[in-house]
Amino acid sequence: MKILVVGGGMGGTILANNLARRLSGEIKAGKASITMLSASDKHMYQPGLLYVAVGKMMPDELYRDQVSLLESCITFRVDPVTKFNLKENNVLTESGKQYDYDIIVISTGSRAHAEGTPGLAENASQFYTEADAVKMFSSLQKFEGGKVVIAVGVPHKCPMAPLEITFMLADYFKERGIWDKVQLHYTYPIGRVHSLEPVAKWAQPEFDRLGITYETLFNMKEVQPGKIISEEGTEEDYDLLITVPAHKGMQVIEDNELGAGGFIPTNRTRLNIEGYENAFVIGDTTNLPISKAGSTAHFEAEALAENIASTIKIGQPVRDYDGKVFCFIEAGEGRATYAMFNYQNPPDPKAPTKGIHWFKTAYNKMYWASARGLL
Amino acid sequence: MSERKIVDAKNTFCPGPLMELIGQMKMAEIGDELEILSTDQGSAADIPEWINKVGHEMVETSENDGVWHIVVKKIK
Repeated sequence: MKILVVGGGMGGTILANNLARRLSGEIKAGKASITMLSASDKHMYQPGLLYVAVGKMMPDELYRDQVSLLESCITFRVDPVTKFNLKENNVLTESGKQYDYDIIVISTGSRAHAEGTPGLAENASQFYTEADAVKMFSSLQKFEGGKVVIAVGVPHKCPMAPLEITFMLADYFKERGIWDKVQLHYTYPIGRVHSLEPVAKWAQPEFDRLGITYETLFNMKEVQPGKIISEEGTEEDYDLLITVPAHKGMQVIEDNELGAGGFIPTNRTRLNIEGYENAFVIGDTTNLPISKAGSTAHFEAEALAENIASTIKIGQPVRDYDGKVFCFIEAGEGRATYAMFNYQNPPDPKAPTKGIHWFKTAYNKMYWASARGLL
Repeated sequence: MSERKIVDAKNTFCPGPLMELIGQMKMAEIGDELEILSTDQGSAADIPEWINKVGHEMVETSENDGVWHIVVKKIK
């Protein structure tokens, strides 16, 4: 049984490690194999970019060698897939090789796509790549006061990022002693300050307390130097524009016409590609209407690994993915909270505490144990 | 002829039905109709509010067994 994992981010890594342990007997007996194909030999802890953007982490803290995170029985190759032949059960790669499989899991992730909004890439700071996060920190360091606008595209990776960067910016400007010279103005696509109603109900009074102004039903249409225009017909002047850009799936998914915007139509409980019983999708690559977050990829990977292993051992899957998501929320002033929910149960976030902030800070290091499938 | 696309946002809390619709509308062609399925009663008010503010067209809204079916048309 040849299992092929395409993508070495959080979802693919947890899945491959989890599966390697569940199938250790079959792998030793030569009855199963796991191969991972990735675009990089490095694994990045993506949530750390938020901290790099405000000078709280250094980029080199975010990386580990991918091979160091994988069980030794997993074959790892840096050889990105260029062609998915799902009907023939094989993929072709950049190096020209063909990899045949019995089961494939696609976990190629998503990317910020500022270029999709006219003028955004040229005029805004963002933090979704190492280079962009470092550049954003440089922009902040040069900023001496004025109006800072936060603008949010849809869909985006990490649903808490818009709120977190706002509270972290407030802390940053306070620490620099220029908070009284800054007007922080938050915008959001729907009619409240966050998609989760309980989170919005908590965040709005926090904004009021801190003097952060906000505008809802604001979707970016076009950005000009010093001015951002919304689809809804409003405009905001800015001195510094910070954005959470709309995201797309990876180009290879679009090139292979596997899904609009690079997001693959996926069964919400079994995680298979619609129409295929041996092809699965996890993480940001799915088109599921749930959060694009590391925790989503994590919980999907655990459910899918269990089902792939059980299918090999007893011929059938044993459980559904229940839509579980867990997101920390950095709330500023050394506090944090979290939201946890699934398809059936809405979130009920508690008041932020310093304890949860310290747990989140610890998790920034403990992540590597998660990726190895140990946490 | 433009086709009607179903956006199944039942039993989801984040990003939620309106955010899903906004993302899908960006990818749609002018003239396309999208039918969003939602179990969130608030969608019946939130989605028309946004559609009207942006200037797209509300086609129809109905509720069946706790699922809201909201059909919109991309105009611009």
